[in-house]
Amino acid sequence: MVVGNETVPTTERLGSERYTRPSRMRTHLLGNRFQTGLVRLLVIYALLILAAFLFLLPFYWMLNTALKPSNQVFTLPPTWIPKPVMWSNFITAFTMQYETDPPVYTYAINTMIVSVNGVVSTIFSSALVAYAFARLEFPGKNVIFLGILSTLMIPFAVVMVPQFIIWQRLGWLDTLWPLMIPHWFGSAWNIFLLRQFFMTIPREYDEAAYLDGASRWHIFIRVILPLSKPALGAVAVFAFVFFWNDFLGPLIILSTPENFTLTLFLANFSVAYRGTPWHLYMAAALIIILPCLILFFFSQNAFLKGITVTDMKG
Amino acid sequence: MTTTGLTPRSSIWRSRRFHDAIVAYAFILPWVIGFILFVGGPIIASFVLSFFRWKMIAPPRFYGLTHYISMVTTDELFRISIWVTFKFVLISVPIGQVLALGLALLLNQRIRLLGFWRSAFYLPAVVSGVAGSVIWVWMYHAELGIVNNGLEMMGLEGRNWLFDREVVLGSLIVKSLWNVGIPMVIYLAALQGLPQQLYEAADIDGAGEVSKFFSITLPMLSPAIFFNVVMGIIASVQTFAEPYVMTGGGPDNATLFLGLHLYKNAFSFLKMGYASAMAWIMFLLIFGLTVFQFRLAGRWVYYEGGER
Repeated sequence: MVVGNETVPTTERLGSERYTRPSRMRTHLLGNRFQTGLVRLLVIYALLILAAFLFLLPFYWMLNTALKPSNQVFTLPPTWIPKPVMWSNFITAFTMQYETDPPVYTYAINTMIVSVNGVVSTIFSSALVAYAFARLEFPGKNVIFLGILSTLMIPFAVVMVPQFIIWQRLGWLDTLWPLMIPHWFGSAWNIFLLRQFFMTIPREYDEAAYLDGASRWHIFIRVILPLSKPALGAVAVFAFVFFWNDFLGPLIILSTPENFTLTLFLANFSVAYRGTPWHLYMAAALIIILPCLILFFFSQNAFLKGITVTDMKG
Repeated sequence: MTTTGLTPRSSIWRSRRFHDAIVAYAFILPWVIGFILFVGGPIIASFVLSFFRWKMIAPPRFYGLTHYISMVTTDELFRISIWVTFKFVLISVPIGQVLALGLALLLNQRIRLLGFWRSAFYLPAVVSGVAGSVIWVWMYHAELGIVNNGLEMMGLEGRNWLFDREVVLGSLIVKSLWNVGIPMVIYLAALQGLPQQLYEAADIDGAGEVSKFFSITLPMLSPAIFFNVVMGIIASVQTFAEPYVMTGGGPDNATLFLGLHLYKNAFSFLKMGYASAMAWIMFLLIFGLTVFQFRLAGRWVYYEGGER
């Protein structure tokens, strides 16, 4: 083997687990193994590149269109690079107004209010409930916990109509309150995730604080919450994405444009602007998904941990 | 008062326990209130409402089982919507899981730039249903869309993806495959947690890649597969934003999902009672499919160290 010295690290990196073990036909197999390893490597990267291309193409297509001058949107075949690059489309999309509708940033503010309320309140209330299930003993604990988990199966459609009627009776339709109040009481999924995490915190911390005379409330606030920052962060990023992207809730509650959230605005866009200006449509879509994209890039670990904090062995 | 030495300790212990229970109930109180107001109460209300005819203007009128009967006898759209939803779930969930697992397997190889590839596949999962749908409407645009222009470059003929009743559901399924990031990450974490000894043992036995995948990887991943399938079904039965934004249920009701049909009845026609009845059917559908999954799970889900 001419390249014998070179093949050793390469094959090893490819995951040929058997390589290091002595084999009767080792010398015979080495060249063969190198070839199959190379083919395997090429196949893996080819698949990765193909998949990444397909997954990123919609983003590229959106960005490409968002940066085009309006007349280039309709040229055939479509151009892959906008020339000139119209950064001003984003400003237009962010400040444009349709007839008497408010400008887009009004929707952004509404969405921000709903999302921030949702994140803060659902984290705090879910953590409180999760703490009780992780640390305290009380009659009916298991039954109630199963009850909480089984609410995950309940489709929003079942509670949608009665909730709508409640808000209508209270006269709170077309305000942001119905999109905020229900989240003050914890969410099943977050309770579950946080309970799983709290159970990994050694009980000695609680006991030590307890012997020092701290109440359960103080233990929760001063001991458990500070130790749970990674889990709380993970729940927070997911909750933010959920509230930012929520559509059906705002759709049934909000009716005047001043109160719209971004998803409602976007869903109504092509209706409002006849003959859809696609470049502005895509610029608006990009603005709307940008906060979640930025959040993802800055807290990737929280996103990845948040999903896998659960013990799936149940 | 008894005189044994143990009593004071045990009574302290008991009072601590009692105290803890009170605190615990106080701590879970938010969830209980929220449940009664926004989940439990509405569920009962929705069940009761499903036996009434109520169009918001006039007072509700008792209707018995009429809503449930008319679903199967007169409302042809309901039957269509159930069929559309079923087809979508039955096709998109399995393909989505295979794709998610395939991508996770790719990411689990020793590759460079893992973070980049992982982000690329995960990114669509943080895009809202509405924004994602809007992007795909533009992708699928008959003349200006990238899909048809790309096909043309390859010498293939495009279709009018969102206005052709033969392909429109397929177009929505493809869009749904774009959002496999979350199950993919769950599979990846499960793959990374697999015990290496099993593979080493299989190597000694001379097992090939394929047989290792089917006799080690797949059984060991079965809890993750089970979890993802259940969550995938629950979510996809409720599909709403995509048909609402991309097709409005058309063409020719080919994408009239159950969620969309229900929404239209409740908030366009204000048939609150009928919509509630349909919501209960949706609930039963999800419940039935989930119970079915749990029943099936005993046969194929392998819990390491579990008694099952």
